[in-house]
Amino acid sequence: MTDLLALTALEAHEAMVAGDLAADEYTAAWKEAAAGDELNAYLWRDEGGEEGRAIAVERDCIAPIAVKDIFTTEGVPTTAGSRILEGYRPPYTSTAVRKLLEAGAPILGKTNMDEFAMGSSNENSAYGPVLNPWDRGRVPGGSSGGSAAVVAGGLAPWAIGTDTGGSIRQPAAFCGIVGLKPTYGAISRYGMIAFASSLDQCGPLTRTVSDAALLLGILQGHDPCDSTSVGIEGGVSLPDREDLSGLRFGVPAELRGDDYDSGVRAVFEQTLKRIEDLGGEIAEVSLPSSEHGISAYYVIAPAEASSNLARYDGVRYGMRAGGDGDLLQMYETTRSEGFGPEVKRRIMLGTYALSSGYYEAYYGQAQKVRTRIAEDFTGAFAGVDFVVTPTAPSVAFGLGEKTDDPLSMYLNDFFTVPMSLAGIPAISIPAGLAEPEGGGPQLPVGFQIAAPAFAEQKLLDAAYALEQGIGFDAKPGDGNG
Amino acid sequence: MIERDQVLHVARLARLRLSEGEVEQMVGELSGILEHVDRIGNLDLEGVEPTSHVVKLENVLRPDEPRPSLPRDVALASAPDPQDGAFRAPSPQAE
Repeated sequence: MTDLLALTALEAHEAMVAGDLAADEYTAAWKEAAAGDELNAYLWRDEGGEEGRAIAVERDCIAPIAVKDIFTTEGVPTTAGSRILEGYRPPYTSTAVRKLLEAGAPILGKTNMDEFAMGSSNENSAYGPVLNPWDRGRVPGGSSGGSAAVVAGGLAPWAIGTDTGGSIRQPAAFCGIVGLKPTYGAISRYGMIAFASSLDQCGPLTRTVSDAALLLGILQGHDPCDSTSVGIEGGVSLPDREDLSGLRFGVPAELRGDDYDSGVRAVFEQTLKRIEDLGGEIAEVSLPSSEHGISAYYVIAPAEASSNLARYDGVRYGMRAGGDGDLLQMYETTRSEGFGPEVKRRIMLGTYALSSGYYEAYYGQAQKVRTRIAEDFTGAFAGVDFVVTPTAPSVAFGLGEKTDDPLSMYLNDFFTVPMSLAGIPAISIPAGLAEPEGGGPQLPVGFQIAAPAFAEQKLLDAAYALEQGIGFDAKPGDGNG
Repeated sequence: MIERDQVLHVARLARLRLSEGEVEQMVGELSGILEHVDRIGNLDLEGVEPTSHVVKLENVLRPDEPRPSLPRDVALASAPDPQDGAFRAPSPQAE
């Protein structure tokens, strides 16, 4: 069994196609592994019952997958980590999941997440926090914390998540795996429960860059049900680049400060040297508006969320409370009891930013900053192929460490938000280990590479070459007590 | 930065009922966040086009053809209080 689980999703796929691996045996091994979840990472698992019938595959030929609980799955509970959707069984399946099923990937289960994808630690789930497999006293990152934890913790070969401001890349970094946020529009958002519609994007969380490429190839494409989806022209092939010669990597001058953890900084600098060893060139680029990314993001995302979450009103689906009063009382009681503190905070923030008299000063201004940030990247890509940064300013922090200070939690997204606002693809790959500030066993550090819109193939090729060069092979439990 | 009255007003707009403790907390937390966000208020962005969407798509059209939609009973299956093939909700007017 252990041997089966050691295969990457790509290796397993190739072995199944070649007839060297029995798909049912492989899937059964993963179901057994998933059943041993001690990380609170799964909210639902397929145990072969009636419930999973509507999302069963006809023929397994792709590794089974864990799906963030934000994707609708017909007949299978879909909560988005919220009390307000407890027990909800959607009447339809999201396009991303449908494509996985059509490709022959059985769904192992639905993974825990920050409520409505709002959070950077997974502590905002109504169903309790996910624990980091490297250190169960620490967060796995968020909002796709469950999807990152199952891959790193050996509870799934791969997973999908969503990224609005870093929600795939940051948990991938905290858990020592690969996380890719594709270009906005690469993958359909149909059936992906909306948080901030102009930013939300589905993407892979995997052990390797090759697995991410395989998964992106399955998921990408135009979907008539999402008119903002365009797909990736020419599709995605498996990366095979061996070096980085002829490629230029830009380090933003503004992000080279010393206001993040020294351990993260050391791994980042080491990785830049590795890029040079592989024949790549390091250059300095300027992203002057990126320092305003967090401010713009925390206006735009909550504004869109306040509008998107207006649909949870206790009428058509989900929870209803206070039904004995009048309509307004029912709305207010349902929403006050159904939403958790972070969701309420963001709805308040977004409603305020969109309210009469403040719209121009906040939302209007933030949209202009967004233009500036996108222009900064366009300018940078005129001189370099990629922009690189650490994925997060620290390694995984402790459970409860930042819950009393929402602003410090938001600042965790400093390196990932600018790419989201610009709509460009970015990948986080594990680059090394570092001690947390204040000491303790070493934890993974992510290295972020961003590319121009729809340049996923080039991004995956470069990430693959760098991944081979780094040779990161640490796993949770290696000398970490 | 943000006053108690504004918090109560915004909560009404958002159809949220906040407890006394939540109001207190919201005043402090929203003020802190807005103080950070206000940094962009002072930027000179005169003449910069706002970005509402990053994909350059306009007027995405499809043929106007009838297609099957969710059957009524399926659409109503998750409703808290379906009745006579419709969604039932409390009266907007207090009794």
